[in-house]
Amino acid sequence: MNESHKQGRFGDWLFFNLTRAFAVLTLSMLVGVVISLTWSAWPSIKEFGFGFLTSSEWNPPAERFGALVPMYGTIVTSLIALVIALPISFGIALFLTELSPTWLRRPLGIAIELLAGIPSIVYGIWGLLVFAPIFGQYVQPLIGGTLGKLPVIGSLFSGPSLGIGILAAGIILAIMIIPFITSVMRDVFELVPPMLKESCYGLGGTTWEVVWKVVLPYTRVGVIGGVMLGLGRALGETMAVTFVIGNASLLSNFSLFMPGNSITSALANEFAEASPGLYTSALVELGLILFVITFIVLTCSKLLLLSLEKQSGKS
Amino acid sequence: MPVEKAQEALIPQISMKNLNFYYGKALALKNINLDIYKGHVTAFIGPSGCGKSTLLRTINRMYDLYPGQHAEGQLIVDGKNILDKGVDTIELRAKVGMVFQKPTPFPMSIYDNIAFGVRMHEKLSRNQMDDRVEWALTKAALWTEVKDKLNAPGTGLSGGQQQRLCIARGVAVKPQVLLLDEPTSALDPISTMRIEELIHELKRDFTIAIVTHNMQQAARVSDFTAYMYLGEMVEFGKTDEIFIKPKDKRTEDYITGRMG
Repeated sequence: MNESHKQGRFGDWLFFNLTRAFAVLTLSMLVGVVISLTWSAWPSIKEFGFGFLTSSEWNPPAERFGALVPMYGTIVTSLIALVIALPISFGIALFLTELSPTWLRRPLGIAIELLAGIPSIVYGIWGLLVFAPIFGQYVQPLIGGTLGKLPVIGSLFSGPSLGIGILAAGIILAIMIIPFITSVMRDVFELVPPMLKESCYGLGGTTWEVVWKVVLPYTRVGVIGGVMLGLGRALGETMAVTFVIGNASLLSNFSLFMPGNSITSALANEFAEASPGLYTSALVELGLILFVITFIVLTCSKLLLLSLEKQSGKS
Repeated sequence: MPVEKAQEALIPQISMKNLNFYYGKALALKNINLDIYKGHVTAFIGPSGCGKSTLLRTINRMYDLYPGQHAEGQLIVDGKNILDKGVDTIELRAKVGMVFQKPTPFPMSIYDNIAFGVRMHEKLSRNQMDDRVEWALTKAALWTEVKDKLNAPGTGLSGGQQQRLCIARGVAVKPQVLLLDEPTSALDPISTMRIEELIHELKRDFTIAIVTHNMQQAARVSDFTAYMYLGEMVEFGKTDEIFIKPKDKRTEDYITGRMG
């Protein structure tokens, strides 16, 4: 009796320390990545300083490097993806949980999950060979002829219809993150107690009112989590973007029709040919910047959640 | 309190004629014929699964939300058969409010919990809305407890307060009928007592149908009682008569606790 107690206690001790070791491992890996990235990027950081962030020059032979073009590409393509994917995902999740006939729910749900499972390189090659030509031939002239004529935002949709470019990359990214955001939204929408929804219907609410005023506020933490998951994926996506973004390291104007570059596709394209020294170091610094952007996005989402929590506590 | 003035004209607010209800193919309500009288409390009692809640959910067509459930026969509310195809359920549900087994405050402030339902049906000025919120909370005997924290979240109240908030929310849209589906089953005795007192107050303005598992509660709050068993309406009558001298053996067995 006593003996087995002793053994059990030792087991608890062992288990506690083992799991703690795993947890510490994650932390130390994170710190390790940051340190080693900073270490390898140091020559570039020392050489260019903060100018690295504001310079759009990317000239390997002259060893002049700046991160503005890929940073711009990464952030803008991700934003485009989010702007397109958010309402569509919300609509799909809403349809799946509230409106769809029962027999359609399962096949649709499975289709969404399958979409999430398609490797990004498939999206990339499809985007380059199928989507971009059609997009350039039919859609871009249409957008250019309508939105492009408007003042201010018209400059976003001007220039030649090449098919590939920042807008195309954003749209491909949107298609890629829709399944992620949708399945998270659907899962959290299903967690809403039926009685709560019935209460709102019982007051004479329409489906829209139930979803907008009850389901969405009730599930906001999960919804924001899903959106951040999608955004994180969009920021880090490499292959699909590399195929369609055009890989041009110049920033002559802000038109979304123009080819651009993203941090990840710059890394993927140039790492093999980068000479050791400043070139490699600049690429590593790009990686570090991506890390920081992701960190900032994550922090912002946490702050957003915190302020929402406070709001619902007060107002 | 059972009505002494029972001889006064009883006006049916809701009439059911040959009402059948199906979950898919399963018949859950069998040929129900019943009147729910205006300005009175009608209690539905019976063992679990007897169809009391189903009956309540037919009156505001809540079953519409779930595919495969349907009702046949006639269910007349305010002169119209609400089982007809073209019935506007939104309008119907504004006329027939419902309170559930558990408190279900919306994820918003106390004020908005009340104002929310009103806004869906009426356009009121800020002042009118303030008055309406106060009126509804007073009706639900909650005003004095929450008047200083109307902006606090509804979910922060105690269970009993939350349930009164849900009643206030239902009352605020000024329905004709209030359906209470075991409104005190999740509450402590004190809160239960307050809700029962509230039901007495509310029946002056509203017709009330209440489903309850608690027979003493049915005896305390209702004017009429319906005993249901296995989807059938076994007996319906004045609460006094049902509890003192039931006509049907099955009713007697149930209320004397020989079956349940």
